[in-house]
Amino acid sequence: MPQQVIDRLVRYQTTQHANINRAVHYLSEVATMEYHTARCKLQQFINAREDREIIFTSGTTDSINLVMHGYGRKFIKAGDEIILTTLEHHSNIVPWQMLANEKGAKIRVVPVNDMGELEVDEYEKLFNERTKFVGLIHVSNALGTINPIKRMIDFAHQHGVPVLIDGAQAAPHIVIDVQALDCDFYAFSAHKLCGPTGAGILYGKAALLESMQPFKGGGDMIASVTFEETLYNTIPHKFEAGTPPIAAAIGFGAAIAYLTAIGIDRIAAYESSLLDYATECLSDIPGVRIIGTAAEKTAVISFTIDGIHPHDIGTILNQDGIAVRTGHHCAQPVMQRFNVPATSRASFAFYNKKTEVDALAAGIRNAQKVFL
Amino acid sequence: MHTNSLYQEVILDHNRKPRNYGKLEHANHHAVGHNPLCGDRLDITLQLENDQINDIAFQGESCAICKASASMMTAAVKGKSRIDAETLIHEFRELATGKLDINHPHHLGRLTIFSGVRELPTRVKCAILPWHTLHAALNSIADASTETNHDSAQAVSAKS
Repeated sequence: MPQQVIDRLVRYQTTQHANINRAVHYLSEVATMEYHTARCKLQQFINAREDREIIFTSGTTDSINLVMHGYGRKFIKAGDEIILTTLEHHSNIVPWQMLANEKGAKIRVVPVNDMGELEVDEYEKLFNERTKFVGLIHVSNALGTINPIKRMIDFAHQHGVPVLIDGAQAAPHIVIDVQALDCDFYAFSAHKLCGPTGAGILYGKAALLESMQPFKGGGDMIASVTFEETLYNTIPHKFEAGTPPIAAAIGFGAAIAYLTAIGIDRIAAYESSLLDYATECLSDIPGVRIIGTAAEKTAVISFTIDGIHPHDIGTILNQDGIAVRTGHHCAQPVMQRFNVPATSRASFAFYNKKTEVDALAAGIRNAQKVFL
Repeated sequence: MHTNSLYQEVILDHNRKPRNYGKLEHANHHAVGHNPLCGDRLDITLQLENDQINDIAFQGESCAICKASASMMTAAVKGKSRIDAETLIHEFRELATGKLDINHPHHLGRLTIFSGVRELPTRVKCAILPWHTLHAALNSIADASTETNHDSAQAVSAKS
């Protein structure tokens, strides 16, 4: 975590710590203001029209569940169809499955080609008069594929269907402009943007958020309560019941400031050069198979090695101080599509260097020596 | 702990050439073990007569630690009584979770090479999965999972 974010958390905890939107005392006012400032930073970061379109959540999963409960449970009915893609993370599959089971709705799935790219023509063929919602991952966490979401959003809108974008893997690496994308919802987590765990946001178009039912009930989300009736608060408060992750949200704001100062476009350009270098280095190693070779990718390389299980690779690389993710990446349908039980995944960010790519390649060759 | 102390030649050898690999034609006990963490799956078939394991086999998709553990386990329990097998299951679980004092009498023999796994908490489940599954098979439990309970095999559903 950047020192700037840590320092911000320390400053909040030592001099500004209080609950928000409640008391009239000094600390509460400061905390409320700082929390709001963080919201505004997020608004600017993704170019949302209004700050009230940014809802703080506990993370991407929470954001998607909010849309499922708030929008899905109100507007999706028996026989309706929800379009998802093969590349979705479990967090953008399971909530919709729960909804489909509850309502008697149906899930349709967009296939991917052998490079790990969505088959957009097939996506377009899935639409019919029963299509009521689209859930779409911006960047595949398992493969790194950057999906052509603008084209897919526009197509859905031609059919009057709202689109939720799971941006958990995109927001740290790609400049996000929700107005240009015209997406209806966009979700991501703080911890993937150099921020603390336990915070994330849901962006939603104001009119849509206003039309939705609350997800969680409790303090802060109400205008007035009697035992006969509750009037809900305005957005974003309607969706922020209880005490939110105030410290994490303020830390999130500091992380956004940190990344913005570097520049997401600069980050993207540097990471792209790391990806090219790493792809070249790993492709040179016999027995290494890169899963996901889309033309548009973020700096993620998912790979398998002949004769060595990803968990063993992970443990051996760990001995060299190299952290890779191993397993199904919470994207089992992707693993099934490529007929592998699991992969190892090296994920590069702006703080990685080419020498670390070299160390990864050397670590893989070492693992092959141990096993073969 | 260094890699080499876990990935010893014995483990690598059992990974390359697993013993008792496959499926028994005439098994009367069977269980499937899952490790939801990594998606690994292990199938154990065995022939139990008069409370003695006459034959046993395993197959599945798994890492070297899991496969070697399964291979050595099948070799160790073949011909043993159910009670002796359960003793080994207990001792192996204690070993892998670092609770067993290997200086005290035990029945694990060469299986103690898995003691290094206790220093890699994320890999303990890999080593234990075959033993969970064996326990499930002996007790006619159709499915075992490393997630049901960390330290003890659990009944999920019965099938024999």
